[in-house]
Amino acid sequence: MTNEKDLSRIVTDNLGEVTREWVVKLKADGTLQTGRIKESELETECRRFLELAASEMFKPGDSAQLGPIHDMLGSLSRSRALQGFTPSETSNFVLAVKLPLFELIGRQLGPAEQAQTMMALTAFIDRLALFTIETFQRSREEVIIRQQREIAELSTPVVRLWGGILALPLIGTLDSERTQVVMENLLQSIVEYSAEIAIIDITGVPTVDTLVAQHLLKTVAAARLMGADCLISGIRPQIAQTMVHLGVELNVVSKASLADALALAFQRVGLRVISTAPEPRAGLA
Amino acid sequence: MTVPTGRDDVMSIRTADDVVRVRQEVRSRALEIGLGLVDQTKIVTAASELARNTLDYGGGGEVRIEIVQNGGRRGVRLTFEDNGPGIADIELAMKDGYSSGKGLGLGLSGARRLSNEFSIESTPGVGTRIVIARWT
Ligand SMILES: Nc1ncnc2c1ncn2[C@@H]1O[C@H](COP(=O)(O)OP(=O)(O)OP(=O)(O)O)[C@@H](O)[C@H]1O
Ligand SMILES: [Mg+2]
Repeated sequence: MTNEKDLSRIVTDNLGEVTREWVVKLKADGTLQTGRIKESELETECRRFLELAASEMFKPGDSAQLGPIHDMLGSLSRSRALQGFTPSETSNFVLAVKLPLFELIGRQLGPAEQAQTMMALTAFIDRLALFTIETFQRSREEVIIRQQREIAELSTPVVRLWGGILALPLIGTLDSERTQVVMENLLQSIVEYSAEIAIIDITGVPTVDTLVAQHLLKTVAAARLMGADCLISGIRPQIAQTMVHLGVELNVVSKASLADALALAFQRVGLRVISTAPEPRAGLA
Repeated sequence: MTVPTGRDDVMSIRTADDVVRVRQEVRSRALEIGLGLVDQTKIVTAASELARNTLDYGGGGEVRIEIVQNGGRRGVRLTFEDNGPGIADIELAMKDGYSSGKGLGLGLSGARRLSNEFSIESTPGVGTRIVIARWT
């Protein structure tokens, strides 16, 4: 269709101008007010969209050809969702391009072509706006799921296994203020129970990087100053290998499982576990 | 020849939460291409180091996560980029135990050991760009 070709060409020829007008419109709509994105970023996004649009959108055909523009809008909507934009702010990004494009069409195309081109353009932009909202929605759901996971991680209690033996089962991501709280809890409990041994179990920690290692080292050192020895348990094989490559050394006794660590702890405080179950008789399955 | 396949993601790194998100995304991409548990853990850990450096020293930036193909092998390639102060002495920064902050100084050198490919470019006053990859 000739007018589609024309639209593509006039957008390409007037890229700078349309971008500017679009950014002005977005600013008037308050896009930059919250300071969550910078004007230069916004400009880059607008320009990128128009470049893709000029090469893709004005061609006839189905949405299969919209790959690149969907990818671009998809990642834009996702980051908007994470940055806390509202759905209407997010979809307005695309909707706001209509005005400068309509004006461009008005200036550059003959009256006969104008109506048809504008109709096609409107349908196209509206479809993208819907796509934007859908992606936004999906990203928000992902955020909620992640937050639920994080909340679950909040509850990391120090448990007293026996007399002076404490355990701190760590679960989840460790690099945030949460770590600080967890570690302080442990030190407090050491004082409270006059604990001799604290077992830090990291079975539930998915990644042990230098920051996590540093937190562990600090805790071990602080516990030592308070008279308690730390044992680390639950270092899974893949974590152990990774730590070796990373070059971190915890310089603390570690055991594969919490059970092994507890056995060692009992031994150190002079306790023995004795089975009171009757000896199984030979010959019985 | 190495060719990118499929979608690639650019994630911004501006907060500690972003570092967590980067790790989660890298893990799911590593799973997707069938990296084993050890390799997954390695690339995720390397990503964690570089993402945190981008945040702490680079003043924030972004990472591009790509799935790449080389013959029959698939890989995850990560490109970390920031417009921060850059690294004046790369050799020093790569040394085990060197930290200009309060770190262990093992992030950069560790990330190199944890990856199959590692390259670093940095210009003082302009920024830093680090590319790593891990192959199946
Ligand atoms: N993106 C960056 N921009 C500027 N400087 C950097 C960047 N990444 C690393 N550096 C410099 O290189 C040094 C070494 O980095 P490395 O990650 O090895 O150690 P660290 O971050 O200080 O400690 P760790 O990672 O062990 O917690 C840093 O202290 C910093 O000075
Ligand atoms: Mg580091």
